[in-house]
Amino acid sequence: MEIVVCVKQVPDTTEVKIDPVTNTLIRQGVPSIVNPFDKNAVEAALQLKEKHGGKVTVISMGPPQAKDALKECLAMGADEALLISDRAFGGADTLATSYTIACAIKKLGNVDMIICGKQAIDGDTAQVGPEIAEHLDLAQVTCVSKIEVEGNSIKVEREHEEGYEIIETQTPVLLTVLKSINEPRFPTIKGTMKANRKEIPTWTAGDMDVNPDQLGLKGSPTQVRRIFTPQQRVQGEIIKADSAREAASKLASKLLEAKIV
Amino acid sequence: MQFQLTEEQKTMQKLVRDFAEKEVAPGAAERDEKEEFSREIADAMGEMGFAGICFPEKYGGADADVLSYILAVEELSRADAGVGITLSATVSLCAWPIFNFGTEEQKQKYLVPLTEGTKQGAFGLTEPNAGTDAASQQTVAVLDGDNYVINGSKIFITNAGEAEVYVVFAMTDKSKGVKGITAFILEKGMPGFTFGKKEHKMGIHSSMTNELIFQDVKVPKENMLGKEGQGFKIAMATLDGGRIGVAAQALGIAQAALEHAVKYSKERVQFGKSIAANQAIGFMLADMATKVDAARMLVYRAASFKDQGLPYSKEAAMAKMYASDIAMEVSTDAVQIFGGYGYSREYPVERLMRDAKITQIYEGTNQVQRMVISGSLLR
Ligand SMILES: Cc1cc2nc3c(=O)[nH]c(=O)nc-3n(C[C@H](O)[C@H](O)[C@H](O)COP(=O)(O)OP(=O)(O)OC[C@H]3O[C@@H](n4cnc5c(N)ncnc54)[C@H](O)[C@@H]3O)c2cc1C
Ligand SMILES: Cc1cc2nc3c(=O)[nH]c(=O)nc-3n(C[C@H](O)[C@H](O)[C@H](O)COP(=O)(O)OP(=O)(O)OC[C@H]3O[C@@H](n4cnc5c(N)ncnc54)[C@H](O)[C@@H]3O)c2cc1C
Repeated sequence: MEIVVCVKQVPDTTEVKIDPVTNTLIRQGVPSIVNPFDKNAVEAALQLKEKHGGKVTVISMGPPQAKDALKECLAMGADEALLISDRAFGGADTLATSYTIACAIKKLGNVDMIICGKQAIDGDTAQVGPEIAEHLDLAQVTCVSKIEVEGNSIKVEREHEEGYEIIETQTPVLLTVLKSINEPRFPTIKGTMKANRKEIPTWTAGDMDVNPDQLGLKGSPTQVRRIFTPQQRVQGEIIKADSAREAASKLASKLLEAKIV
Repeated sequence: MQFQLTEEQKTMQKLVRDFAEKEVAPGAAERDEKEEFSREIADAMGEMGFAGICFPEKYGGADADVLSYILAVEELSRADAGVGITLSATVSLCAWPIFNFGTEEQKQKYLVPLTEGTKQGAFGLTEPNAGTDAASQQTVAVLDGDNYVINGSKIFITNAGEAEVYVVFAMTDKSKGVKGITAFILEKGMPGFTFGKKEHKMGIHSSMTNELIFQDVKVPKENMLGKEGQGFKIAMATLDGGRIGVAAQALGIAQAALEHAVKYSKERVQFGKSIAANQAIGFMLADMATKVDAARMLVYRAASFKDQGLPYSKEAAMAKMYASDIAMEVSTDAVQIFGGYGYSREYPVERLMRDAKITQIYEGTNQVQRMVISGSLLR
């Protein structure tokens, strides 16, 4: 099975700092990591490879330093890595990003499964995975927490708040995975050494069959006006009482008072 | 002179740090409380290849450098000093002498499983009556046909009972004194080779320390490490390297103590402000940080001398002595900064203080390190 995993390098912080003037992320000084969901995607791919054979290729679109993220995935056990990097890709929104990645996957050809993380922890849109599937006209299942493969058919569990759906489909397919799907393995020392020594090819716009108008800022219909940290939810109130019964009745009267019940 | 780790060293450091923070640190207090060795962690480290970092690929290693391995011991010890020495005993005290003095057959049979992490190693030199004076070995090995027959005992042996491979020293010719000591490779399970009582220690509770007991243990001749009479030289050369591991362990403890102290001093409020706002505390932190960095320079320098094939005996002794002395100082200061809470087991700094003490004692007490250093100055 030929599996492509899309990984993004993200800043290692939940509280992303934003440049107030340009409204873009301040990346300087913030250590970069592999987007946590994408590590689950790599782990899922490695487990499938271990069970069914094949090859795992990790690809990332980003600046040259995104190679570090790819190296970490190689160290975990991925076979190949590919960086797509070009100034022309700069300022891409999810549409332009997914278009560019889809073009790279098209060029790779012969792919049975594409696995993405559910979302990137910096942008949090959860759009790039599904959009890649659309560009490539592939079936897709999002929020996957379990994958089973038999020949060409695959059975997955798609998790949502009330439970999960079991969905059967055929390869080729694109899946986005949740953290609950697995526990990503640590890279081994030997894997890290091998990854460090491996050449990671870089494809620019010129290396792929792309429509320049659909790349980067130019190909991005959405523009970021302002990014901000949403206001923290105010602390809940803790009801203190001597017994559970008393606490419950205090709670009930408060809820009535607030016209919630 | 460059004071920067290479990209490769940085990735190794990050890899081990991630593992240590996620898999080692969370259970450290519990292992300390229960005096519990974790085979699970030892095996996980093996699987990830920690024991093979600085050995050639041909012997199951990753072909990285000694400094990368030293970074691993530091990072593990920052999380749990007992786990740090578990790795160091396998790598520095068992795998290394087999790599350096062993025959090709011995390397294939004993070194490869150690570097690949399927087996753990140990080093048996110290005896009840041969501590600092390691030359007065009472364990004897007598040649009988194709075997040496070993009788005697060892005390305070790290990884004893857990390890599958042992580098053990015994007297083959008493009349020759130091030149009558020979090294052997023993396997757990050899008839007559048993373990005594588990040592109850002040610190490094997550590291196993036990006695080795030999009653007519038959060791095949081909398990002799190096030549007959070469044992003391092998032991001393091994300890030269092992000391860099102990130094890294001490460094990891000191680093952890410093980090805890900085964090706590900013959070603890007395007299309406954080205690860090008192210059008395700030200056203490400044001294602690400077000592930790100075130790780091010495430790990394000793490792890098070893990597470059330069003599490193004096450098290793300086690194071990200084790093362990400041680990004791810095961890004691951390307890002080935590006040009464530092003295309580609710917080990690009292464990660090207990763990730090051993680094001044084993693999040559710090008096011995001073003997090594002054000896090389006055030669
Ligand atoms: C937890 C633990 C783990 C250990 N692991 C191992 C292991 O894996 N393998 C192994 O072989 N050993 C191991 N040891 C033994 C350790 O290396 C010895 O304890 C150490 O070498 C000191 O020997 P000793 O305890 O007999 O002290 P002694 O030699 O009795 O020393 C007592 C004191 O006298 C001082 N002293 C002795 N001689 C001199 C001198 N000539 N000049 C100045 N001062 C002197 C010493 O510095 C020390 O302060 C371990 C010990 C411990 C506690
Ligand atoms: C085993 C034990 C028994 C005890 N028994 C008793 C008892 O019987 N009765 C009782 O009342 N208490 C008792 N105590 C409490 C003990 O007296 C306090 O722990 C001690 O006074 C220090 O207070 P603290 O732990 O809150 O430290 P903190 O006040 O938080 O001090 C932390 C650090 O900050 C430093 N610091 C704080 N303020 C300043 C400043 N202005 N300038 C410079 N440095 C500063 C301190 O010196 C210390 O190094 C006991 C504590 C222990 C551990």
